[in-house]
Amino acid sequence: MNWIWFHKLGSPKWFYQWSSKWALPVFSMGLLAMLVGVGWGLGFAPTDYQQGDTYRIIYLHVPAAVLAESCYLSLGVAGFVYLVWQMKMAPIFIKSMAPIGAAMAAIALLSGAIWGKPTWGTWWVWDARLTSVLVLFLLYMGIIALQNTLEDAALANQATAIVSVLGLINLPIIKYSVNWWNTLHQPASFSLTEKPAMPMEMWLPLLIAVIGFYCLVVGLVMWRMQSEILLRERRTQWVKEKVMNHGV
Amino acid sequence: MAFNSLADFLTMGTHGAFVWSTYGLVLLILASLILNTVQGRRKVIRQLKKRYLRESDS
Repeated sequence: MNWIWFHKLGSPKWFYQWSSKWALPVFSMGLLAMLVGVGWGLGFAPTDYQQGDTYRIIYLHVPAAVLAESCYLSLGVAGFVYLVWQMKMAPIFIKSMAPIGAAMAAIALLSGAIWGKPTWGTWWVWDARLTSVLVLFLLYMGIIALQNTLEDAALANQATAIVSVLGLINLPIIKYSVNWWNTLHQPASFSLTEKPAMPMEMWLPLLIAVIGFYCLVVGLVMWRMQSEILLRERRTQWVKEKVMNHGV
Repeated sequence: MAFNSLADFLTMGTHGAFVWSTYGLVLLILASLILNTVQGRRKVIRQLKKRYLRESDS
Protein backbone atom coordinates (compact mmCIF):
# COMPACT_ATOMS: atom_id res chain seq x y z
CA MET A 1 0.00 0.00 0.00
CA ASN A 2 1.14 3.47 -0.81
CA TRP A 3 1.52 5.60 2.32
CA ILE A 4 2.73 8.80 0.68
CA TRP A 5 -0.64 10.53 1.20
CA PHE A 6 -0.35 9.87 4.91
CA HIS A 7 3.05 11.57 5.09
CA LYS A 8 1.85 14.45 2.96
CA LEU A 9 -1.16 14.94 5.20
CA GLY A 10 1.26 15.16 8.11
CA SER A 11 2.93 18.20 6.56
CA PRO A 12 1.30 21.49 7.58
CA LYS A 13 2.72 23.28 4.56
CA TRP A 14 1.41 20.70 2.13
CA PHE A 15 -2.00 20.70 3.81
CA TYR A 16 -2.17 24.49 3.76
CA GLN A 17 -1.55 24.61 0.03
CA TRP A 18 -3.86 21.72 -0.76
CA SER A 19 -6.72 23.06 1.38
CA SER A 20 -6.34 26.55 -0.12
CA LYS A 21 -7.54 25.05 -3.38
CA TRP A 22 -10.44 23.08 -1.91
CA ALA A 23 -11.88 25.00 1.04
CA LEU A 24 -13.92 27.57 -0.90
CA PRO A 25 -15.39 25.21 -3.54
CA VAL A 26 -16.36 22.63 -0.91
CA PHE A 27 -17.84 25.28 1.39
CA SER A 28 -19.85 26.85 -1.46
CA MET A 29 -21.10 23.44 -2.57
CA GLY A 30 -22.20 22.85 1.01
CA LEU A 31 -24.10 26.12 1.26
CA LEU A 32 -25.82 25.44 -2.05
CA ALA A 33 -26.80 21.87 -1.12
CA MET A 34 -28.06 23.07 2.28
CA LEU A 35 -30.16 25.75 0.64
CA VAL A 36 -31.63 23.27 -1.85
CA GLY A 37 -32.21 20.47 0.67
CA VAL A 38 -33.57 22.64 3.48
CA GLY A 39 -35.62 24.85 1.15
CA TRP A 40 -37.09 21.82 -0.55
CA GLY A 41 -37.90 20.23 2.79
CA LEU A 42 -39.41 23.41 4.15
CA GLY A 43 -41.65 24.30 1.24
CA PHE A 44 -42.08 21.37 -1.14
CA ALA A 45 -41.79 18.04 0.65
CA PRO A 46 -45.20 16.52 1.45
CA THR A 47 -46.92 17.14 4.78
CA ASP A 48 -46.56 14.33 7.32
CA TYR A 49 -49.81 12.48 7.97
CA GLN A 50 -49.21 12.36 11.73
CA GLN A 51 -47.18 15.43 12.62
CA GLY A 52 -48.44 17.80 9.94
CA ASP A 53 -45.88 20.42 8.99
CA THR A 54 -44.13 20.50 12.36
CA TYR A 55 -42.00 17.59 11.15
CA ARG A 56 -40.15 20.01 8.83
CA ILE A 57 -37.78 20.70 11.71
CA ILE A 58 -36.24 17.36 10.69
CA TYR A 59 -34.37 19.04 7.81
CA LEU A 60 -32.16 20.81 10.34
CA HIS A 61 -32.35 18.40 13.26
CA VAL A 62 -31.19 15.22 11.55
CA PRO A 63 -28.29 16.72 9.52
CA ALA A 64 -26.96 18.50 12.63
CA ALA A 65 -27.27 15.34 14.72
CA VAL A 66 -25.53 13.23 12.05
CA LEU A 67 -22.72 15.79 11.84
CA ALA A 68 -22.38 16.09 15.63
CA GLU A 69 -21.63 12.36 15.73
CA SER A 70 -19.44 12.26 12.59
CA CYS A 71 -17.38 15.20 13.81
CA TYR A 72 -16.77 13.41 17.09
CA LEU A 73 -15.78 10.21 15.30
CA SER A 74 -13.20 12.23 13.36
CA LEU A 75 -11.92 13.75 16.63
CA GLY A 76 -11.50 10.26 18.08
CA VAL A 77 -9.57 9.06 15.02
CA ALA A 78 -7.37 12.17 15.12
CA GLY A 79 -6.76 11.66 18.85
CA PHE A 80 -5.72 8.07 18.19
CA VAL A 81 -3.41 9.13 15.34
CA TYR A 82 -1.78 11.68 17.64
CA LEU A 83 -1.32 9.30 20.55
CA VAL A 84 0.21 6.59 18.35
CA TRP A 85 2.22 8.56 15.76
CA GLN A 86 2.49 12.03 17.32
CA MET A 87 1.38 13.45 13.99
CA LYS A 88 1.56 17.25 14.14
CA MET A 89 -1.62 17.79 12.12
CA ALA A 90 -3.82 15.76 14.49
CA PRO A 91 -4.07 18.30 17.34
CA ILE A 92 -4.51 21.07 14.78
CA PHE A 93 -7.47 19.13 13.44
CA ILE A 94 -8.91 18.47 16.92
CA LYS A 95 -8.67 22.13 17.90
CA SER A 96 -10.32 23.24 14.64
CA MET A 97 -13.09 20.65 14.65
CA ALA A 98 -14.19 20.86 18.31
CA PRO A 99 -16.08 24.19 18.03
CA ILE A 100 -17.81 23.01 14.83
CA GLY A 101 -18.89 19.79 16.50
CA ALA A 102 -20.11 21.75 19.51
CA ALA A 103 -22.23 23.95 17.23
CA MET A 104 -23.73 20.87 15.53
CA ALA A 105 -24.54 19.24 18.87
CA ALA A 106 -26.08 22.51 20.09
CA ILE A 107 -28.26 22.69 16.96
CA ALA A 108 -29.35 19.06 17.40
CA LEU A 109 -30.27 19.67 21.07
CA LEU A 110 -32.04 23.01 20.56
CA SER A 111 -33.97 21.96 17.45
CA GLY A 112 -34.90 18.74 19.25
CA ALA A 113 -36.20 20.66 22.26
CA ILE A 114 -38.30 22.98 20.11
CA TRP A 115 -39.60 20.00 18.17
CA GLY A 116 -40.31 18.07 21.37
CA LYS A 117 -42.58 20.70 22.87
CA PRO A 118 -45.46 20.47 20.34
CA THR A 119 -45.02 16.73 19.59
CA TRP A 120 -44.16 15.17 22.98
CA GLY A 121 -45.51 17.97 25.16
CA THR A 122 -42.14 18.65 26.77
CA TRP A 123 -38.92 20.49 25.92
CA TRP A 124 -36.70 17.97 27.62
CA VAL A 125 -36.69 14.54 29.23
CA TRP A 126 -33.72 12.83 30.86
CA ASP A 127 -33.87 9.78 28.67
CA ALA A 128 -31.01 7.89 27.04
CA ARG A 129 -30.94 9.57 23.65
CA LEU A 130 -31.25 13.16 24.82
CA THR A 131 -28.85 12.69 27.72
CA SER A 132 -26.17 10.97 25.62
CA VAL A 133 -26.30 13.80 23.06
CA LEU A 134 -25.99 16.31 25.91
CA VAL A 135 -22.89 14.37 27.02
CA LEU A 136 -21.57 14.66 23.46
CA PHE A 137 -22.01 18.44 23.61
CA LEU A 138 -20.26 18.55 26.99
CA LEU A 139 -17.35 16.48 25.61
CA TYR A 140 -16.87 19.08 22.87
CA MET A 141 -17.02 21.87 25.44
CA GLY A 142 -14.53 20.01 27.63
CA ILE A 143 -12.06 19.72 24.76
CA ILE A 144 -12.44 23.44 23.99
CA ALA A 145 -11.97 24.31 27.68
CA LEU A 146 -8.81 22.18 27.89
CA GLN A 147 -7.36 23.99 24.90
CA ASN A 148 -8.15 27.36 26.40
CA THR A 149 -6.80 26.64 29.87
CA LEU A 150 -3.70 24.51 29.27
CA GLU A 151 -0.96 26.92 28.30
CA ASP A 152 1.62 24.26 27.58
CA ALA A 153 0.93 23.30 23.94
CA ALA A 154 2.34 19.77 24.23
CA LEU A 155 0.20 19.09 27.28
CA ALA A 156 -2.91 20.53 25.61
CA ASN A 157 -2.32 18.32 22.54
CA GLN A 158 -1.93 15.24 24.70
CA ALA A 159 -4.91 15.96 26.96
CA THR A 160 -7.36 16.76 24.15
CA ALA A 161 -6.24 13.69 22.21
CA ILE A 162 -6.91 11.48 25.24
CA VAL A 163 -10.35 13.00 25.87
CA SER A 164 -11.20 12.66 22.16
CA VAL A 165 -10.39 8.96 22.18
CA LEU A 166 -12.12 8.23 25.50
CA GLY A 167 -15.27 10.04 24.39
CA LEU A 168 -15.70 7.62 21.49
CA ILE A 169 -17.44 5.26 23.92
CA ASN A 170 -20.38 7.69 23.86
CA LEU A 171 -21.02 7.23 20.12
CA PRO A 172 -22.43 3.66 20.19
CA ILE A 173 -24.44 4.72 23.25
CA ILE A 174 -26.05 7.54 21.24
CA LYS A 175 -26.65 5.29 18.25
CA TYR A 176 -28.24 2.39 20.12
CA SER A 177 -29.87 4.43 22.90
CA VAL A 178 -33.18 4.39 21.03
CA ASN A 179 -33.08 0.59 20.80
CA TRP A 180 -31.62 -0.32 24.21
CA TRP A 181 -33.79 1.83 26.44
CA ASN A 182 -37.36 3.02 26.45
CA THR A 183 -37.31 6.52 25.13
CA LEU A 184 -39.57 9.18 23.71
CA HIS A 185 -37.19 9.55 20.80
CA GLN A 186 -38.11 7.55 17.74
CA PRO A 187 -35.63 5.11 16.17
CA ALA A 188 -33.50 6.30 13.27
CA SER A 189 -35.62 7.56 10.40
CA PHE A 190 -32.68 8.31 8.14
CA SER A 191 -30.39 5.58 6.90
CA LEU A 192 -28.27 4.99 3.83
CA THR A 193 -28.05 1.23 4.26
CA GLU A 194 -31.67 0.35 4.92
CA LYS A 195 -34.89 1.22 3.23
CA PRO A 196 -35.82 4.66 4.57
CA ALA A 197 -38.75 4.90 6.96
CA MET A 198 -40.22 7.78 4.99
CA PRO A 199 -41.37 8.37 1.41
CA MET A 200 -38.80 9.31 -1.20
CA GLU A 201 -40.10 12.89 -1.50
CA MET A 202 -39.29 13.46 2.16
CA TRP A 203 -36.04 11.48 2.22
CA LEU A 204 -34.32 12.97 -0.82
CA PRO A 205 -34.28 16.60 0.42
CA LEU A 206 -33.05 15.29 3.77
CA LEU A 207 -30.21 13.45 2.04
CA ILE A 208 -29.25 16.64 0.16
CA ALA A 209 -29.35 18.64 3.40
CA VAL A 210 -27.09 16.08 5.12
CA ILE A 211 -24.59 16.25 2.23
CA GLY A 212 -24.76 20.05 2.42
CA PHE A 213 -23.99 20.05 6.16
CA TYR A 214 -21.06 17.68 5.55
CA CYS A 215 -19.52 19.91 2.86
CA LEU A 216 -20.06 23.05 4.95
CA VAL A 217 -18.27 21.46 7.91
CA VAL A 218 -15.37 20.23 5.74
CA GLY A 219 -14.90 23.71 4.24
CA LEU A 220 -15.05 25.37 7.66
CA VAL A 221 -12.62 22.94 9.27
CA MET A 222 -10.11 23.52 6.45
CA TRP A 223 -10.20 27.28 7.07
CA ARG A 224 -9.88 26.88 10.83
CA MET A 225 -6.97 24.47 10.37
CA GLN A 226 -5.25 26.98 8.10
CA SER A 227 -5.42 29.66 10.82
CA GLU A 228 -4.07 27.20 13.37
CA ILE A 229 -1.25 26.12 11.02
CA LEU A 230 -0.18 29.73 10.48
CA LEU A 231 -0.10 30.27 14.24
CA ARG A 232 1.79 27.10 15.12
CA GLU A 233 4.26 27.27 12.22
CA ARG A 234 4.89 31.01 12.62
CA ARG A 235 8.65 30.52 12.92
CA THR A 236 8.97 28.95 9.47
CA GLN A 237 9.95 30.92 6.43
CA TRP A 238 6.98 29.87 4.29
CA VAL A 239 4.45 31.13 6.85
CA LYS A 240 6.29 34.42 7.16
CA GLU A 241 6.22 34.89 3.39
CA LYS A 242 2.57 33.89 3.20
CA VAL A 243 1.53 36.33 5.92
CA MET A 244 3.63 39.23 4.66
CA ASN A 245 2.27 38.81 1.14
CA HIS A 246 -1.30 38.74 2.44
CA GLY A 247 -3.22 41.97 2.06
CA VAL A 248 -4.90 42.31 5.45
CA MET B 1 -45.29 23.77 -3.20
CA ALA B 2 -46.77 21.74 -0.38
CA PHE B 3 -48.84 24.70 0.80
CA ASN B 4 -51.95 26.29 -0.67
CA SER B 5 -51.21 29.83 0.43
CA LEU B 6 -48.52 31.99 1.94
CA ALA B 7 -50.51 32.09 5.18
CA ASP B 8 -50.45 28.29 5.35
CA PHE B 9 -46.71 28.33 4.76
CA LEU B 10 -46.14 30.87 7.53
CA THR B 11 -48.28 29.07 10.10
CA MET B 12 -46.96 25.59 9.11
CA GLY B 13 -50.37 24.16 9.80
CA THR B 14 -50.47 24.88 13.51
CA HIS B 15 -46.96 25.08 14.93
CA GLY B 16 -45.41 27.81 12.81
CA ALA B 17 -43.78 29.49 15.81
CA PHE B 18 -41.88 26.29 16.64
CA VAL B 19 -40.74 25.60 13.08
CA TRP B 20 -39.68 29.17 12.33
CA SER B 21 -37.92 29.75 15.63
CA THR B 22 -35.87 26.60 14.96
CA TYR B 23 -34.90 27.87 11.53
CA GLY B 24 -34.00 31.31 12.95
CA LEU B 25 -31.92 29.83 15.76
CA VAL B 26 -30.00 27.53 13.43
CA LEU B 27 -29.35 30.38 11.01
CA LEU B 28 -27.95 32.39 13.92
CA ILE B 29 -25.67 29.57 15.12
CA LEU B 30 -24.37 28.75 11.64
CA ALA B 31 -23.80 32.42 10.79
CA SER B 32 -21.83 32.94 14.02
CA LEU B 33 -19.74 29.84 13.30
CA ILE B 34 -18.89 31.06 9.80
CA LEU B 35 -18.18 34.59 11.00
CA ASN B 36 -16.00 33.28 13.83
CA THR B 37 -14.00 31.20 11.33
CA VAL B 38 -13.41 34.11 8.97
CA GLN B 39 -12.59 36.58 11.75
CA GLY B 40 -10.25 34.09 13.45
CA ARG B 41 -8.26 33.81 10.26
CA ARG B 42 -8.03 37.59 9.84
CA LYS B 43 -6.95 37.99 13.45
CA VAL B 44 -4.15 35.42 13.12
CA ILE B 45 -2.81 37.06 9.97
CA ARG B 46 -2.95 40.53 11.55
CA GLN B 47 -1.17 39.37 14.73
CA LEU B 48 1.56 37.53 12.87
CA LYS B 49 2.15 40.44 10.53
CA LYS B 50 2.61 42.77 13.48
CA ARG B 51 4.98 40.32 15.10
CA TYR B 52 7.12 39.90 11.97
CA LEU B 53 7.33 43.66 11.49
CA ARG B 54 8.42 44.12 15.10
CA GLU B 55 11.07 41.43 14.72
CA SER B 56 12.49 42.96 11.58
CA ASP B 57 12.72 46.36 13.32
CA SER B 58 14.83 45.12 16.22
